[in-house]
Amino acid sequence: MPRKNSLNVMKSSLKNMVVVLFLVTFVASLSVTIVYDVTKEPIAISKEKKIKDAIAAVVPEFDNNPSDTKVVQSDGKDEIVIYTAKKGDEVSGYAIETYTKKGFGGKISLMVGFRSDGTIYRVETLSHNETPGLGNKIERSKSDFSVQFEGKNPKDFKLSVKKDGGDVDAITASTISSRAFCDAIDRAYAVYKTISKNDSHE
Amino acid sequence: MNRLRLLTKGIIKENPTFVLMLGMCPTLGTTTSAMNGLGMGVATLFVLTLSNMAISLIKNLIPDKIRIPSFIVVIAAFVTIVQLCMEAYTPGLYNTLGVFIPLIVVNCIILGRAEAFASKNNVLDSALDGLGIGLGFTLSLTVLGAVRELLGNGSIFGMKLPFVEGDGILLFVLAPGAFIALAYLMVIFNKITAKTKQ
Repeated sequence: MPRKNSLNVMKSSLKNMVVVLFLVTFVASLSVTIVYDVTKEPIAISKEKKIKDAIAAVVPEFDNNPSDTKVVQSDGKDEIVIYTAKKGDEVSGYAIETYTKKGFGGKISLMVGFRSDGTIYRVETLSHNETPGLGNKIERSKSDFSVQFEGKNPKDFKLSVKKDGGDVDAITASTISSRAFCDAIDRAYAVYKTISKNDSHE
Repeated sequence: MNRLRLLTKGIIKENPTFVLMLGMCPTLGTTTSAMNGLGMGVATLFVLTLSNMAISLIKNLIPDKIRIPSFIVVIAAFVTIVQLCMEAYTPGLYNTLGVFIPLIVVNCIILGRAEAFASKNNVLDSALDGLGIGLGFTLSLTVLGAVRELLGNGSIFGMKLPFVEGDGILLFVLAPGAFIALAYLMVIFNKITAKTKQ
């Protein structure tokens, strides 16, 4: 549909089209670059703050900066990040950033805190796409689901929902989310076992 | 058409959700709570107003045959800018809206207004048009989100209602509930507008 005022509009000659399209994309990418540059720092800060807050919430008292002890374990595709919390020279706990892809809405990222003896101190949800009102009850602020893990040692607390023969009370109507949550903690516990073994060898 | 009408027509007469029925994907996808609906609406409002203004400014420079690609580039740039700003300054909202923010690029409301209005009118009128349609979109999304949150979760803007216990009608938070709630709201909306026309 030609525009009504097409008299004073640029003609659609090849030269005009190439020049105009180049100018439009150039100005657009320039402005996006500027905004990217301006927001880069606040984005990094807010991401780091989120991780820091999560670490501080999931490990018992510590006086080092756990972000400095960051160790990344990669299985080729995905990463599990381990932060060690220390009080003096003693390890007081580990915060393990873990994930699962079995969530109802795909990936779930958790920060799981272990005491040095392997008991779970606290679990914080970092990001997820679970259904609001159902699966999002995995968040500590939404329901007491994640509280049941606190103080339990996966050694004698089976990390699967009761329906599957485990010890975890699933969220009503959100068995898939509950299973995924257990899967993520299980992954973190497996990592905990390898690092606690290494630490005791030292 | 006077300027005030430009601003208010998007709310009732040309309401993008209930009358024009454009942009259904973000409407159905993001309105699981009133807050999400409001956030999505405001993000769209920003992009719509800014892109309308920019397109109206450059409308005479753009040859007819490449106007659609040019509009899309302009819109995509604004969406990316809004996305980066949200990630930096409102990370919570950014996380909940997730994939729907980049999808504003392909929201038909925005390209529709660029093609139908901004490419034929001056900058001020285009800005008002963007603002009006954006407001209408924000209002509809907030209302739809509020209804779904109220029925599905027993809360509004994240606050639990007093005297309500239990889980609510979970269906309304899930995808089918979006269609059901939207359909009923549309019926109510059409009933009201039909009355005012008589």
